[in-house]
Amino acid sequence: MKRTPLYAAHQALGARFVDFGGWEMPVQYTGIIAEHEAVRRRAGLFDVSHMGEIELRGPRALAAAQALTVNDVDRLHDGQAQYSLLCRPGGGVVDDIMVHRLSNERFLLCVNAANIDKDFAWIREHRNGAEAINRSDEFAQLALQGPRATEILAAISTLPLPQIPPFEFRDGLIAGRQALVAHTGYTGEDGWEIYCAPDAARPLWDALLQAGAAFGIQPAGLGARDTLRLERALPLYGHELTDDITPLEAGLGWVVRFKKGDFIGRDVLVRQRAAGVERQLVGMVLTEPGIARQGYSIVHGDDPVGRVTSGTKSPTLGKAIGLGYVASVWKEVGTKLGIDIRGRFVGAEVVPLPFYRRQI
Amino acid sequence: MEFPEDLKYSKEHEWVLVEGTVATIGITDYAQDQLGDIVFVELPTVGDKVSKEDAFGVVESVKAVSDVYAPISGKVLEVNDDLPENPEMINEDAYGDGWMIKIEMSDLDELNDLMTAAEYEEFVAEEKE
Repeated sequence: MKRTPLYAAHQALGARFVDFGGWEMPVQYTGIIAEHEAVRRRAGLFDVSHMGEIELRGPRALAAAQALTVNDVDRLHDGQAQYSLLCRPGGGVVDDIMVHRLSNERFLLCVNAANIDKDFAWIREHRNGAEAINRSDEFAQLALQGPRATEILAAISTLPLPQIPPFEFRDGLIAGRQALVAHTGYTGEDGWEIYCAPDAARPLWDALLQAGAAFGIQPAGLGARDTLRLERALPLYGHELTDDITPLEAGLGWVVRFKKGDFIGRDVLVRQRAAGVERQLVGMVLTEPGIARQGYSIVHGDDPVGRVTSGTKSPTLGKAIGLGYVASVWKEVGTKLGIDIRGRFVGAEVVPLPFYRRQI
Repeated sequence: MEFPEDLKYSKEHEWVLVEGTVATIGITDYAQDQLGDIVFVELPTVGDKVSKEDAFGVVESVKAVSDVYAPISGKVLEVNDDLPENPEMINEDAYGDGWMIKIEMSDLDELNDLMTAAEYEEFVAEEKE
């Protein structure tokens, strides 16, 4: 299994490890719920160095990015990032990604760890004369998330953080180390994602934990990352998104910019938008005791009508929540459904998404 | 990690407290630590028969679902009704408030198959490696 440059730091903190996409990653340090609450109330620091980075470069980079992704890359200025998707011609999602415009000829795509090889092969195949470079080994990545994240980062950085709006990034120094600092995240809280050289990861990790101590920072593992993103209804590839699920089914129609011109998957998505989707991602709250898990059948009466993609007990809401695909007739908020939990049908109700939204 | 001397232990990480023909059953401190934050518990109902090595309940942590296996056979006399509302009691007090069921044992000889505290501690040490 692969290890990030922070493996020893996690060991020293008593982390428990899990295999995630071929990486030996910390799943928790003190406990998932405590780490979850630290991020919601104070700050958490995640090692997300397993994430991949692929760059499109050259005079054809913008055209290649436009063809490969469904969002409109042309709307980005230097130092701006956007959430996007790589789609197949049939509309299925290759990966969900962040596109960073470094310059008009350089776009850095942050991709999911388990998909790095697949994405790079796909991007190389459709690069349209642009240069495609897999830079995943050049970057470690830390995510500093939570209401106190900005104060903590400001304490050890010369970057003008208040001047960096959400979904923008800058190069600068943190604790004397060069880093790309993006005002982005995957937790539903305000926060920053910090890209740095692998040998800068440990000094930055230690400096952030030290600077954050006064603010109640906690190292947080992939367990809390999953419950945090699920409350905010952010999709996780392999759960809500796969090669066989389209953005429209996943409720990500807002990411798809049909007016920007052609892109891979557009024809199918145009037709699907006109005809309507046959299945739709919905949020559910269980109304009886139990916890929905990925793969469990969703029923209406005794009839199977869909499948759970993610489920947990929400630490913030104290309720069992789940995401899943259902036949579109059952997608309306308030619909009473059931989850087949080990042969027992447990009541569930369709609710609006997200389950949790930060108060601003 | 605690291994109380007065209990017996199974390889599936359940503990048994024997009082006459009644056995109180729960999961061990090691088991709760491995599971992490426990957020859901499913227990049998009073009167149910449980058989040694068959699943009698379920504990779910934030991340995972695990069956709980009966370390011994018998009939359920009592279940810990506080657990479904407060599953975290298993994390906080695995050998006390976190108990799961009490059974009337049907075959006392089965107790011989369980481990002592010292044997279980060694078993856990080996499993950790």
